[in-house]
Amino acid sequence: MSAQFMPQFMQYLLSGLTVGAIYALVALGFSIIFNASHVINFAQGEFVMIGGMATVSLSAAEVPLGLAIPLAVAAVVLVGLALEKFAVEPARGASVITLIIITIGASIFLRGLATLVWDKQLHVLKAFSGDAPIAVAGATLLPQSLWVFGITLAIVLALSWFFGRTLLGKAMLATSHNRLAAQLVGINVRHVLLLSYGMSAALGAIAGILIAPISFTTYDVGVMLGLKGFAAAILGGLGSGVGAVVGGIVLGVAESMSAGYVSSAYKDAIALVITLAVLFFMPSGLFGKRGGERV
Amino acid sequence: MMSTLARYGITRGLAATTAVFLACAGAAFAQGQGPIKIGSVLSITGAASFLGDPEAKTIEFYVEKINAAGGVLGRKLQLITYDDGSDAEKARTFSKRLIEQDKVDVLLGGSSTGTSMPVMPLAAEAQIPFISFGGAVGIIEPVQKWVFKTPHTDRMACEKIFVDMQSRKLTRLALISGAGGFDKSMRTECLNVAKKSGVEVIADENYGAGDTDMTAQLTKIKNTAGVQAVLNAGFGPGPAIVTRNFRQLGMTVPLYQSHGVGSKEFIKLAGAAAEGVRLPAAALLVAKDLPAKDPQRAVVVNYTREYEAKFKSEVSTFGGHAYDGLMLVVGALKSAKSSDKAKVRDALENTKGYMGTGGVVNMSPTDHLGLDLSAFRMLEVKGGNWTLVK
Amino acid sequence: MRQNFASPRVGGMVALALVIALLPVGLSNNYFYDVAILVGLNAIVCVGLNLLIGYAGQISLGHAGFYGLGAYGSAILSSRYGWPPLLSMLSATLVVAALAFVVGRPILRLKGHYLAMATLGLGVIIFMVIATEDKLTGGPDGMSVVAFKIGSFALREAQLWYWVVGALLLAAVWLALNLIDSPAGRALRALHGSEVGAEVLGIDAARHKLMVFVISAVFASVAGSLNAHFSGFITPSKVTFLHSIELVTMVVFGGMASTFGAVVGAAALTVLPQFLTVLKDYEMMVFGALMMGTMIFMPRGVVPSLARLFAPRRRPEGERKPGSEGAA
Repeated sequence: MSAQFMPQFMQYLLSGLTVGAIYALVALGFSIIFNASHVINFAQGEFVMIGGMATVSLSAAEVPLGLAIPLAVAAVVLVGLALEKFAVEPARGASVITLIIITIGASIFLRGLATLVWDKQLHVLKAFSGDAPIAVAGATLLPQSLWVFGITLAIVLALSWFFGRTLLGKAMLATSHNRLAAQLVGINVRHVLLLSYGMSAALGAIAGILIAPISFTTYDVGVMLGLKGFAAAILGGLGSGVGAVVGGIVLGVAESMSAGYVSSAYKDAIALVITLAVLFFMPSGLFGKRGGERV
Repeated sequence: MMSTLARYGITRGLAATTAVFLACAGAAFAQGQGPIKIGSVLSITGAASFLGDPEAKTIEFYVEKINAAGGVLGRKLQLITYDDGSDAEKARTFSKRLIEQDKVDVLLGGSSTGTSMPVMPLAAEAQIPFISFGGAVGIIEPVQKWVFKTPHTDRMACEKIFVDMQSRKLTRLALISGAGGFDKSMRTECLNVAKKSGVEVIADENYGAGDTDMTAQLTKIKNTAGVQAVLNAGFGPGPAIVTRNFRQLGMTVPLYQSHGVGSKEFIKLAGAAAEGVRLPAAALLVAKDLPAKDPQRAVVVNYTREYEAKFKSEVSTFGGHAYDGLMLVVGALKSAKSSDKAKVRDALENTKGYMGTGGVVNMSPTDHLGLDLSAFRMLEVKGGNWTLVK
Repeated sequence: MRQNFASPRVGGMVALALVIALLPVGLSNNYFYDVAILVGLNAIVCVGLNLLIGYAGQISLGHAGFYGLGAYGSAILSSRYGWPPLLSMLSATLVVAALAFVVGRPILRLKGHYLAMATLGLGVIIFMVIATEDKLTGGPDGMSVVAFKIGSFALREAQLWYWVVGALLLAAVWLALNLIDSPAGRALRALHGSEVGAEVLGIDAARHKLMVFVISAVFASVAGSLNAHFSGFITPSKVTFLHSIELVTMVVFGGMASTFGAVVGAAALTVLPQFLTVLKDYEMMVFGALMMGTMIFMPRGVVPSLARLFAPRRRPEGERKPGSEGAA
């Protein structure tokens, strides 16, 4: 037992980290849009799906991966911008819950569109660098997981640079803190909103492309990933970049540890119970702003 | 809302009239009778769409083909299909619509067990033959007068796998199953018949819908002492992910999949990891490998060729179940020489020696499936293709 | 604005009763009855949910869980243990009320999207238990449910079900309207406007929120039990978070903070798929587009937007924005 313990634990950890990194990317997408507009975009999962499906169909058309990926991301960004321009923007001033329903409508629309553009089959993307497992401390890891870790890390660093060091990033943050004040100091709030949808679409697409070689992709793959990403964003604290990443990792690792040590039938339920327990003690998530309600 | 419903009635009426008119125009008013109506509720979207999609395509294609050849009993077939979105309640409502509103003569489908079960009492009440494409043995056991089904039962799949295990002298099995209805039902049946077949289940793991990684569950199985074989009950992406994770962890015991993995898609998804995987399946998957003298060869080779030419996608056993269902109905219509529901039902029950994609069907008042274990072939993936295990 | 409430309230009740009474003229067969009954059951859930979302301003993405507990509670007690269905239903309702009461307090402390997540999590956990414990629930394939019986009288006919559900819907609407007009209802609306403001005025926000949460859970549970007995079959697909979202969509679609809007929303979204099914492959896309379009052009929901259109002389009522979480 004890001889087995470490490799077993490592395996659970690695598996949880891979899944968690994907949740983190989806959660970051939720957070960016939330920051700009206080809206939860329930079509976030569809960005993930379109990213994966577009890359699959481009590489099936013999487009090299190095070109297919940026093309697919660009396509998803266009979808994100269109969503903001044609569905969210016209409903400006509507209540938050109305906007949520609009994004749910958009997610159903995009899923329906995907079944027409593509099909309802499962598709697989070739792993970026082969399928030969790598041994790590008695556990095994697919090269694709390394890509997931590396790209997630790079994105997190790039985002923190963007929001911390660039004028545009700071403008976006200012808008999230106080929209009116941001407007008064000359920030074009509408552009910020558009940009946030574009960015979160790109993040979703990248998540979808990274995971496609591991868990395949299909027209409704975004439903579960979107739900998990939302849970991760809430667990970490909405609007917090660090929170989204930590939330995703915690959720992923909690799931795989529960599957390994407690019950694989109830692993998702256990992860949710942990999320709820955190919320009961920290009502704004792990890293969320503890804002007072405006009267 | 009343006006909506009223208007709705009118539109439906118009649509129905148009459809009947078109059908009649083609049928040259054969005997002054209308078309024979086949109603079908399938899971064309939603979680079970990979069942419902090929089923719907198959039925639509063959109804057209039959009509082009003059129909059945000199009458055209009229197909009315609704998509239940893999939701049992929608399946029930749409079935009611087929019975009450569209007044169909026979019901086909229910892609899964969950969407078939609520239709069964409706069929009994309306006294209309119902052929389900659901997998679970519960659909035909106990036998219900009006209910038939075409897919092999999950219990048969378990038995077939256990027979194969015994021939390889393997007795200690680890189960890993998904969260869907098919997966759970097969898991239960395997647990039920394991002891009788001399197999001991020593690990029992699960994974959820939409899960992307099963290495945790498989690691647990790997570290369970004495596991001689692993059986994965599931369909959709799960089995392919399990197979890949299985190889990633360097597990070497034999891996069995279920008949839920009923298409080439699995091999495409799992890639090299699929090599050596065994599963029980209908001969459809190895159509071209069947010896020329195999009586089933003609039907499966034909169906494969026609389906793949029409839809440009790989044939699946699920579409095959729908093909069998439709052909059983056509056969019953012919031998009953009428579309009278009771006569068609009797004819269905007396089906003997129908050669379908699933095997030879011999129905009886105590058996509304009519397939035996020989209908299943044990297949193994070799060189990226299904091969028959000798 | 409050003065205007009285007349639409009575008028609305009469209109709804008339629709329910006259509808069977257009219901030419059991299939139409089937759809009408489902509309009624969904409407009962939505009237309750609307109290929570529309009036108390608290979102719930987990009401399918309560619906499912009501359905499965009643189904298991009556079909597995042979309890009388009415007793099973009432027991399930009590359990749901107790559960909502216990989890309500900690959950309702959360705001906006955090509350959405907590209720969603609760619903998903309930779903997982139901889908996993297959010995009791039949698992994902579902279970058969016995017919609703009171004594030796079995409720089987669709026509009978129609009148029962119609009467219950009227009762639910009447209860909701009375609650809204009671002092508690006024407190609720104050709460929706601003929780802190309401508390300053001496309103026990937590208690009121909890009360509405429990009431809405009970409505969902009763509708769930009835659905199980009416259908004779229940599967976990009615307990998924997608169904929760569907319920919220009905409320918002019809018009938040409008009880009749909730009824209209339930009717529209229950009947719509029956039309759209002819579109086959395009169904999903068209459904999504309709949802988006309606909410973009009628952001306050169908009923309030139409009411505004047809009554231009009335002061534009309810300028307060539903969904106060946006201001948080």
